[in-house]
Amino acid sequence: MRKCVYVGFIVKNILTIIFRKVTQVTNLIVTLIQGISLGSIYALIALGYTMVYGIAKMLNFAHGDIIMVGAYLIYTSVALAHCSPILGILISVASCALLGIVIEFLAYRLLRRASSLSVLITAIGVSYFLQNIALLVFGSEPKSIPVLFNIPAIQIGNSITITGETMLTLGLTVIIMTALTIFINKTKLGKAMRAVSEDKDAAMLMGINVNRTISITFAIGSIMAAFASLCYGISYTYIKPTTGSMPGIKAFTAAVFGGIGSIPGAMLGGILLGVIEKLSMAYISTQFTDAIVFGVLILVLIIKPTGLLGKQIREKV
Amino acid sequence: MLKADDLNVYYGKIHAIKNVSFEVKNGEIVSLIGANGAGKTTILHTISGLLRSTTGSITFEDKNISHIEPHKLVRHGLSHVPEGRHVFLQMTVLENLEMGAYSMKKVSPSALKRVYELFPRLEERKNQIAGTLSGGEQQMLAMGRAIMCHPKLLMLDEPSMGLSPILVDQIFSIIKDLHSVGTTILLVEQNAGKALAISDRAYVLESGRIVLSGTGKELAESEEIKKAYLGG
Repeated sequence: MRKCVYVGFIVKNILTIIFRKVTQVTNLIVTLIQGISLGSIYALIALGYTMVYGIAKMLNFAHGDIIMVGAYLIYTSVALAHCSPILGILISVASCALLGIVIEFLAYRLLRRASSLSVLITAIGVSYFLQNIALLVFGSEPKSIPVLFNIPAIQIGNSITITGETMLTLGLTVIIMTALTIFINKTKLGKAMRAVSEDKDAAMLMGINVNRTISITFAIGSIMAAFASLCYGISYTYIKPTTGSMPGIKAFTAAVFGGIGSIPGAMLGGILLGVIEKLSMAYISTQFTDAIVFGVLILVLIIKPTGLLGKQIREKV
Repeated sequence: MLKADDLNVYYGKIHAIKNVSFEVKNGEIVSLIGANGAGKTTILHTISGLLRSTTGSITFEDKNISHIEPHKLVRHGLSHVPEGRHVFLQMTVLENLEMGAYSMKKVSPSALKRVYELFPRLEERKNQIAGTLSGGEQQMLAMGRAIMCHPKLLMLDEPSMGLSPILVDQIFSIIKDLHSVGTTILLVEQNAGKALAISDRAYVLESGRIVLSGTGKELAESEEIKKAYLGG
């Protein structure tokens, strides 16, 4: 009799421990999923950053603000003009592409042979310009993006849910990254972009129209930003004129983290950054999240200055 | 075929090219020789439109090309192998060659075959990243890339620079091969002896001016040239 109670007690204890472990593991999985979801948004933005940097050799700090513009365009077309969500997204994507081309033409083209510092300062100027235009047009009150799609969530077991937004974001990021990789490596225009990125004069001698190629690069980068604004909009729903800056900076960090100029690097860096952010929020401290994220970046750059997948460019003379 | 008339080029305040006129006739090999900094490369850059002359004109096949944008020149049949090769180091050999044919609708298999015949090494290494090639192989790639667009005039800037003597001989024999199949060649060289030996005509540059011109043979035998450039 006594033995039975004893065994029962042990079994109960073991079950409690297993249950706790399961809860812990579930929590971890949930956190990881949240991290991957956030990370895919970073990755989408980072892809735009890395693409423009890789080919035009400039840091387009206005990239984050193009996301903000894209989000406002979705808001305007869907919430104010009552377009269908698909049409709203198309408007946003097309207008962002155009905006990218216009910004490059008005602000950066004249500085093609200027020092990179001048270009960087101009980019910061463009960033503030876009934010203030948005402030004038939409005011500082946050606007809410209506629900665009109803994608059912997936339930795994009792406690793990993958939301539709997460799946959409992740799916979109993977599709865009694959398309971009194929475009850059296999198409004539993509190869011309790589040629321009390496050596503008030699590219010109091959008959490549360097200015047009860079314009197209900006258009593609801005299309990524528009898609990022879509993912951001459906996950976070509220937008204001400064919405683009923090994700922009984080995504820039992600691009550097993964190795700026490298497409898989941007993807990896973005996802890792999102995961680190969510993990440190859940397990270490909410307040210190950003400090931890940037701390990891500094650590990676000390150990590997070119970023995780960055290439060391060797030149033979 | 190519006629440069009264070119003056400035780098800021520096007057780099002074009243330079010269001509390349169809089917010739013409060399521009001269010491470092004489302005040879500047002249080629001006023809390609990377630099502009403040005076005069450049005509190619009776068409004034002085103000054509550089990337449009290839379509006129003018191809330029820049000094220091400038191959795309992070792209594969084949991709570099494809870029050479960028101005064509698509890469012509016959052009590719011809390049591989001239430079068998490039075929062996077609999937290798250009940055991993040796200096000589990169020079071959730069030349191969430039003839992918079937140019009528090929401009070569210091093709022998930094190469071992065996490779220099190889490069010069390839230039002769290219010429024998009908490509007109404008060659810029510091290696005056080699250049004059294969040239129909040559111009000698000194601090931005043409100081002498003549057939390759005449110049190679001229006492002045021997003293200044041929080490004897």
